[in-house]
Amino acid sequence: MKLPIRFAVLTLLSVSALAATAAPLSSDQQALHVLDRLGYGPKPGDIDRVKHMGVERYIDSQLQPESIPLPAALSQRLSTLDASNASAGEVLSEFLAVRKVANDGDDAAKQKRREVVGKIVEQNAEARIARAIDSPRQLEEVMVDFWFNHFNVYGGKGLDRALIGSYERDAIRPYVLGSFRDLLGATAKHPAMLFYLDNWLSTGNDYQARPFRKGAAQGQKAKATGLNENYARELMELHTLGVDTGYTQKDVTELARMLTGWSFEPRELARNNRTFRFDAQRHDMGDKEWLGHHVGAQGQGEGEFALDVLAMHPATARHLSYQLAQYFVLDNPPPQLVERMSKRYLETKGNIREVLRTLFHSPEFMAAGAVGAKFKTPYQYVISAARAGQMPITNVRPLLGALNQLGMPLYGAQTPDGYKNTEAAWLNPDALARRITFATALAAGRLPLNKAAGQDNNVANAPAATAAEPPLDAKTLLNTLGPAISAKTRATINNNPAALRAAMVLGSPDFMQR
Amino acid sequence: MMDRRNLLKLMALTGSLVIPVGRQAWAAVGDDSQATRRKLVVVMLRGAVDGLNVVAPYGDANYARLRPTIGLARPGQDGGALDLDGYFGLHPALASLQALWEQKKLAFIHASGSPDATRSHFDAQDYLESGTPGRKSTQDGWLNRLLTVLPGTATPTRAISIGPLMPRILGGRAPATNLAAGAAGTKQSILDRPQIGSAFDQMYQGSDKYASAYQDGRDAHKEIMTASMQDEMQAANGGAPLPNGFPNDAAHLAKLMRNDPKIQIAFVALGGWDTHANQGNGKGQLANRLAPLGQGLATLAQGLGPMFDDTTIVVMSEFGRTARQNGNGGTDHGHGNVMWVLGGGVAGGKVYGDWQGLGEAQLHEGRDLPVTTDFRSVLAQVSERHLRLSDQQLVQVFPAMPAANPGLNFLRS
Repeated sequence: MKLPIRFAVLTLLSVSALAATAAPLSSDQQALHVLDRLGYGPKPGDIDRVKHMGVERYIDSQLQPESIPLPAALSQRLSTLDASNASAGEVLSEFLAVRKVANDGDDAAKQKRREVVGKIVEQNAEARIARAIDSPRQLEEVMVDFWFNHFNVYGGKGLDRALIGSYERDAIRPYVLGSFRDLLGATAKHPAMLFYLDNWLSTGNDYQARPFRKGAAQGQKAKATGLNENYARELMELHTLGVDTGYTQKDVTELARMLTGWSFEPRELARNNRTFRFDAQRHDMGDKEWLGHHVGAQGQGEGEFALDVLAMHPATARHLSYQLAQYFVLDNPPPQLVERMSKRYLETKGNIREVLRTLFHSPEFMAAGAVGAKFKTPYQYVISAARAGQMPITNVRPLLGALNQLGMPLYGAQTPDGYKNTEAAWLNPDALARRITFATALAAGRLPLNKAAGQDNNVANAPAATAAEPPLDAKTLLNTLGPAISAKTRATINNNPAALRAAMVLGSPDFMQR
Repeated sequence: MMDRRNLLKLMALTGSLVIPVGRQAWAAVGDDSQATRRKLVVVMLRGAVDGLNVVAPYGDANYARLRPTIGLARPGQDGGALDLDGYFGLHPALASLQALWEQKKLAFIHASGSPDATRSHFDAQDYLESGTPGRKSTQDGWLNRLLTVLPGTATPTRAISIGPLMPRILGGRAPATNLAAGAAGTKQSILDRPQIGSAFDQMYQGSDKYASAYQDGRDAHKEIMTASMQDEMQAANGGAPLPNGFPNDAAHLAKLMRNDPKIQIAFVALGGWDTHANQGNGKGQLANRLAPLGQGLATLAQGLGPMFDDTTIVVMSEFGRTARQNGNGGTDHGHGNVMWVLGGGVAGGKVYGDWQGLGEAQLHEGRDLPVTTDFRSVLAQVSERHLRLSDQQLVQVFPAMPAANPGLNFLRS
C-alpha cells in the first residue's frame, strides 16, 4: 500500500515543479501581465507596444511616470474641471456658503446646494476616472488607487465631501512612488484626514475652549474638549505597523496625546487655504511613554517624531510589503518576496519606488502561477473594460453607477480600512451576474457615455432601441486582449450569435481576472 | 426598461404565469420545509455600537457621572430612556420595540462579547464572524458552518445576505446568496433573456474557478424572482414603502422569507456606529441610526407573521465603547456590549447577563465593560435550543467553545 501513495506524491511534486520552472511565459503573456498589474489592462495595440519596448523597459518607465508625457486631450480635459483644480480652501468656501444658505433657506437654496455639491463630487470622480482610463502613466494611477485606499477617507462624511479632491491631489498623488514618510506626513496633516478620523477635535484633557476666541469655528470649539483616540489607533493599526504588532491600549492613548493640537479650522481653511494648524493650546504638554520611548513635551515635534518612528519601523516595512505583494502578485503573497521587499524598504528608508522595483523584477511576480490569479476588484473590472473597448467617454456617470452596483462606489468606502482586493472579498454569485449585466450594456452601446452630464437617467437597463453608442466589435476586443481570453472561451464565443460576442468577451470568466 | 408590473402583465398575456405552479411545487417539498421551519436572522452592527446607550443602566449613579452630556436622561424626563426593569432603560429611538418587550419576545444580554481583547474593529468583526476569537486562520464563517450541519437540503437561497458583498460570516463551502439591498435585489437580470442566458451558461460551465459561483447565482436569482413576484401579486394593495434603508429591506426580507420556505438563515449588516464624536443622547447621531434599526426589526417581526414564532433574530456588534464619554461628545473603542434577541421562543422582557456595574473597580482597564458572557454562549443557545443542533454539531460550528453558561436561559426550551 505504501508504494502507490509515495508514487502519487512524487508525481504531484514533479508536475508542480514542472509548472513552476518549465513553462516560461510567452512574450505576449508577459506583456499582458505587466499591463494587467502595473495598469488597468490593455488598450488596443498596448500588448504590441509593450512587446516592442520590452517588458523590463516598460516596467522601468512606469516607475518614472514624470518621464511619460500625458496626451494633450487628457490634459485639456483635466484642465476644464474647475472644482477639481481649485484649492481645498476655495472648494470648502463654496461648500460652506451653500450649506449655510440651504440650512436656513428654501427649496431653491437646497437645490443650489445639491448642484454645487454634485458638481464637486462629479468633477473629482471624472478626474480620477479619466486618468485611470487614459493616462499612459498607468502605474501612477494604480498607486493612487492603492494609497488612497490604504489611507482611506470616506467622501460622504460632512466637510470631506468638499475636501476629498484636494486630499487625493495634494496628499496622495505627489507621493505615490516617493518616500513613505512624506506620504504619511501629508495624509496626517490634510484636513480631510484630520476631519475623518476626528483628530481635529482632539485636545489635551485639561483644555478648555474659550467661548469667544476670534476666528475659531463655533462648532469645533464646542466639541473639542478632550482626547480622541480614533486617528491614533488607525494610524498604527492600518496606516503603519499593522494590527497585532505589539502595541497596547496605552500606546494608542499616548500617541493620541502626542497628536493633540494637530488640527485645522474650517473658516481659516476657507478664507486663507490654511490646510493645517498646530494649536499649541490644545496640545497635551505632559510627558508620554510610547512604544518604549520616553517623549518629553515638544509640541508638534512629538507627532513628527511619532511619524518618523512609525514610518521606519520593521513592522511597517512588513505590513506595507505584504499589502503591496497582495495587491500586485497573489492574495496570499509568497513570504520570501515579502521578506525581500521589507528588507529593501528598510535599506532605502521607505522608498516606495525601490520596493516596487524589487517586486516587479522578482521571479514571483513573473511566475506562471501569478498570471490571471487575481480576481479584479469592481474598479479594476470597470476601468479595464472601458480601456479595452476604447469608446469615447465624456460622461462618467454610467461608470460610477456600475461601481455602486458592484459594491465599490468611488470614494465610498465608509471605514478607514478601505476596500479589500482579494477574491474572497469580491467573488460572489450575484457579483458575476451584475458584471455580466454591465458588460452587456457596455458592449451593446447602451450606456450614455458620450452624453453631456445631466441628460441620462438610469439608462443602464434601457432597451437596445435607444442605443447611445455604436456597439463594440468582438474581433477588435479579442485582438486587444490577446492571451487574456483563452482558446476555449474564444471557441464558445464564436459558437454564439455575432451580436452577443462582444458582451461575452467582457463578461467572460477570463476577463474577470487579471 | 421593463418593470415588474409590466412583466407580470406580459406573462399573464402569454399564459406563462408561473406563480401558482411555484406555489404547488413548494407544497410538494413537505420534508424540506419542515427541516427549514426554524429561522435565524443575524443583524450585525458594524463599527461597535454604544451598547451603554442602547440598554442604559440609568439605575447606576455612575452612568450619569461618566456621561454628563451623552447619557440618556432618566425615564419620564424629556428624551429619557424607556424603562425596562427599573434599572436598565431602552434608548428612546427604539420605542418601536417596546411592544415586543412587553410581549416578552425581546431580551438583551448585557456585558457580552468576544473574549479576545482586541479593540480593532476589523479583527473584532473577523472573530465575531468566524466564530473563533483569537484565531485568524479560520477560513469560513460560523453561519456557513451552521449551514453544513442543519438538516434538510442545501440550496443557494437557504442562507441569504442583504448587501452587495458576501459577508465573512457566510463564507465557506455551503452555498449562500447575497442580494442587493432595495428594489435592485429582485430586479430582472440580463441573464433572464434566454439567448443571453444560454450563451453565458455555456461559457461559465467550462470555468474551473467560477462555474459554481455562476450557477449558484443563476439558481438563487430564479428562486428569489419567483418569491418576490408572488409577493407582488399578494401585496398589490399593500401599504406605501417605508421611508429609508433598513425598514424597507426588513419588509422585503420578511416577504421573501414568507414566500420562499427554503430561506432559513438571513444576515444583514448595518454600518455607521463608530461614534467617536458628537454621538448625541436621546437625540442626535446615534438616535438617528437606532430609529430605523428599531423600526426595521419591528417591521421584520410583524412582516413574518406567524413565522415569527419560529424565528430568532440576533443583533450583535464587534465590541462596546468606553463607559466614559470622551472630550468630543463621543466614545472610543471599548469591550463588553449588549446583544439583542427577538423571537417567538425568546423568554423576553428581561435583561440577561452577569452585570457588574459601572464603578471604577468594575470597569475593565478602567474604561469599559468587562465581557462576562462570551458571544458564542448566546449563539450556541440559539443553535441548540432553537435550531436543535446536537452537541457534536455545535462543536463543528463553534470549535473550542467555553463551557456552557448555566445561568443563561433566554430561550424557552
